[in-house]
Formats: sequence, structure tokens, C-alpha cells
Amino acid sequence: MLTIDGVGKTFFPGSVNERRALTDLDLRLDEGDFVTVIGSNGAGKSTLLNAIAGRIGVDTGRIDIDGTTVNRLPEHRRARYVGRVFQDPMAGTAPDLTIEQNLSLALLRGERRGLGRGVTKKRRERFVEELRSLELGLEDRLKAKVGLLSGGQRQALSLLMAGFTRPRILLLDEHTAALDPQRAALVTSLTGSIVAQGGLTTLMVTHNMQQAIALGNRLIMMHEGRIVFEADDAAKRKLTVEALMAEFGKVKGASFDDRAMLG
Amino acid sequence: MIGAVELGLLYGVMALGVYLTFRVLRFPDLTVDGSFTTGAAVAASMIVAGQSPVLATLAGAGAGLVAGVVTGLLHTKGHIDGLLAGILTMIALWSVNLRIMGGANVPLLREDTLMTPLRDADLLGGTWLGALAFLGGVLVLKLLVDWFLATDLGLAIQATGNNKQMIKSLGVDTDFTTILTLALSNGLVGLCGALVAQYQGFADISMGIGLILVGLASVILGQAVLGQRVIFMASLAVVLGAVLYRIIIYVALQVGLNPNDMKAVTAALVVAALLLPRWGPLKRVPSWRDLRGGRANGRAAAPVAEDAPAPAQKEA
Repeated sequence: MLTIDGVGKTFFPGSVNERRALTDLDLRLDEGDFVTVIGSNGAGKSTLLNAIAGRIGVDTGRIDIDGTTVNRLPEHRRARYVGRVFQDPMAGTAPDLTIEQNLSLALLRGERRGLGRGVTKKRRERFVEELRSLELGLEDRLKAKVGLLSGGQRQALSLLMAGFTRPRILLLDEHTAALDPQRAALVTSLTGSIVAQGGLTTLMVTHNMQQAIALGNRLIMMHEGRIVFEADDAAKRKLTVEALMAEFGKVKGASFDDRAMLG
Repeated sequence: MIGAVELGLLYGVMALGVYLTFRVLRFPDLTVDGSFTTGAAVAASMIVAGQSPVLATLAGAGAGLVAGVVTGLLHTKGHIDGLLAGILTMIALWSVNLRIMGGANVPLLREDTLMTPLRDADLLGGTWLGALAFLGGVLVLKLLVDWFLATDLGLAIQATGNNKQMIKSLGVDTDFTTILTLALSNGLVGLCGALVAQYQGFADISMGIGLILVGLASVILGQAVLGQRVIFMASLAVVLGAVLYRIIIYVALQVGLNPNDMKAVTAALVVAALLLPRWGPLKRVPSWRDLRGGRANGRAAAPVAEDAPAPAQKEA
């Protein structure tokens, strides 16, 4: 489904600020894989997601999604394949548009947008159904501007918008990090159900080890632009936070950032 | 007074264009100063050359559209700052407009224009019927804008102004939506230029100077009174604002202010409309939409809201 082959990316090459964010990275996701990604600050986790989504270009290597090489496609053309939720709850929705307008925008992910009505009765019925699954009561507030929602509600909506059109790949970039624990737990459980329902192939960056272990069927640990540890389905089932910390200790010079949560 | 309302309704077309860029796309587009004159110049030159006024007016709108595309290309593909991109097009258009007109102005006094039937029937200036016709025309355009913004493409344009990164991640080429909005906006502005030239009976190289402020004054003024929460009201407010602006200018002239000072009056008006809602006591002045929504306490406050632009005149 997703094949990353020898991808490298260096920021500010040739300057004093030169930084290798990704080094000859290989990663393969099969259909339905849900991979969680952990790693220290500057390990290249976000760069990896940005490279897949097309927000940044890569220097070397190849990125294939569903058999199509997407390296040269700009971000908006890759959106057909890639759904995305950002860390900032404000980033994934348009605040001055209503809930139903935001959902309409997401419904046409990667498709041509013409002069048809944005919010039709038929679409609205679908939105109500989708929103009901969030169990946040948003289905009664279709005409409310998204800017009026709380961070948790907005992130849940972003998640729905990223996933309900079943993109080939779903990218989650620390999407619960900016929420309070209660909201984070809610969004985490929504993530599990939305991914399971859609059978979505997912790559999720997180700094919460418990979350990294609880969600998904594979786990990778990144450090200095490489994958330094990988656990498959069987290995991941047995993983504990302690074991993960021990693995991390093996990586020389690495330390989790302050935000890393163990429990 | 009737003349001021007529002119205001005509300028409502331009205000709709400015609304598209300034409010919807959140792009401060200074192309307007140039594209307005371009629309007027093209229409006037074509009418003098014997073309049908309808065709000439449409061509004026088309010329404005092209000007918008140029600014859009400079900004998106050339990565030039939006303000500067608009200024560049505007300045270049000065020369272009002189070329089109072959001089500093084109008189249309004895030509057949879109206004001729209205004038022949004595509907302009003296009776409200001319204003009514203009009102119908501008409302049709307003409804078109409303309709367009509610389409899938229109929603993508709104999202481009609202959260560019998000709409990109949903597969919209924001370069395209930006260029398209600038084109449509300047198309409306060019159309307005063409209409105003025919209304006043001439096109003039300097008729667009400072026009962006008139547009902003209309948008801000109207939306301060009517609100901008839903597009239907926001675009209506813009047209109302354009009329309101002309009435304020008319009153300012009646009071005896020098016509040469009108640019300063306009600037002061925009500043006042921008600042007043943020200042202490006036923050509590409810606008009409609050009153209608029943959020304000009493009707007594309403006249104050209507008088809000008044301090601007004093400042001027």
C-alpha cells in the first residue's frame, strides 16, 4: 500500500544549520496496517509524515502509494490518497465555515470541485450519520461554525474528515498532543474505531508510549532519521512501556523529549 | 440624493468584488484601482468605436478579469507578496489604460450607452425608478455571488481564505482558487468601471485612484451595520455599504466640505469603521443583527448604531 524506499531528506544543505532529517529510510505498510511511530525530538517523525503527504519534497528515494510513485506530485494532488490530522486542533478545519460545509469540503477529497451545491440534502443525511458515530452531539449542530467548537470537538471532526472518505493512507501527527487528557482519551478511542471501521492503512506519530502500544498492529521507533526499532504484530502485543524504554536506552545519545508520556 | 444612491448602487458591483478578495479570500488586492479604470477604458473605447454597449460592458468586465489573473499569477506562481503583486499590476495598468483610451479620457456624451434608454425615459437622477433598476441589477449579481460561494468550488475558495493548509490537504490547488477569486473580483470591478463610465458619460485615467478605499469603506461600513455572519447578509451589507458611503460623501459635500478633501474623508471613514468597534463604549453598541437576534437590551441603542459613521465626518 505504502512503500518508502531509501528516502533521504536534508534541511539547509551546505549551511551551518544542515540537518539530516531522514536517512535512507525504508518502510512498507500493507493494506490495513496501523503503524505507530515514536522517537525523540528531531528523530524525523514529522518529516516522514510531511514527505508522504507532499508538504516537503525528498532529496533521494521513492515514495509509492498504492503502486503510484507520488514523489513528484504536489501536496494537493496527493490528497486523493492521503488523509491527515495535524497536532494543532485548529489546523484541520476551517473555523468560519459550518460543520456541514467543512464535511462537504472533506467529502470531495482530491476530486474536481465544480458548481454543484456544496451542501445537499443527500450529503447532509450522510453527515448526520457520520457525526452520530462521534457521539458528541455534533449532528444537531450542522450549521454551527466550526470555530465555536472546543479543541477536542474540532479534532474529532478533523479525524472524521480525514477518514470518512477512506483515503489510501491516514496520517496522524501527534493529533492528541494538544488536548487535555480526557479529550485526548476520547480522540484516541475515536481513532481506533474510525481506523477499524474504514480498514484504513494508518501511520500515527505519537509521544505517548501507552498510546503507541495500545493502538495499531505495528510500532516503529525512529532516531536521527532512521528506524532503530521495529515491532510487528506479535512482538507489539507483548510490548510494555518499560521494554520500550529499554529499547530506547540502547540507542546511543537518545533521550525522549520532555513531553514523552510513559503512562 | 437620488444621484448618490444611484452611484452607490453602481459602486455596489465593485464592493462585491472587493468583498470577494478582502473578506472571503482575505487578500488585500490593490489591483482594483487599476482594473476599475481598465473596465471603464475598454468599455468607453469600444462604445466610441461603434460597438454595442452590452458587448463593450462585458469586454470591460473581461479586461478586469485578466488584470486579476495577472495579480494572481504574480502572487501564486511568482511568490510575490500579495500587496506588492496588486500594486505592480495597478501601476502597470496606468500605462495600459492610457494606451487603451489613447489619451487621458474618453467622452461618451453623444454615444449610445447602456444608460441611454434610462436617460431617454428620464429615469435617472430625478426619479427613484432608475435607482430601482440599478438595485435590481446589483441584487442579481449579489445573488450570483451568494450562489457561487455555496457551490463546491465556492466552498473551496472560502476555505482558501480561511485555512489554506487545511484545504490544500483536502486536495485543492490553492494557487488556482486564489487566481480564480482575484479574476472574478476584478471582473466585477471592471464591470463596475464600465457601468460608471457610461453613467457619468466619460472614462478618465484617474477615475480609479483610491478606489480600493471606497471598496473597503463599503465592505466595512456595510458589515458593521448588517453583520457578516452568513454570506447572504454579508454580501447584502456590502451593497448597502456602497450606497451608505455615497450618501455620506453626498452629505459631506452638502455640509460644504471641499470635493478635494473627499479622499481624506474616505480614508478617515475606513479608519473610523475599523477602530470604532474596538473602542470601549462603542463596543457595546449593538448592530442591527444583534437587535434582530434579540441579544441587545433596548431599541434605544439602534439610532446610535446608525450614527456610528458620524465621528468620521467630524474628524474630516
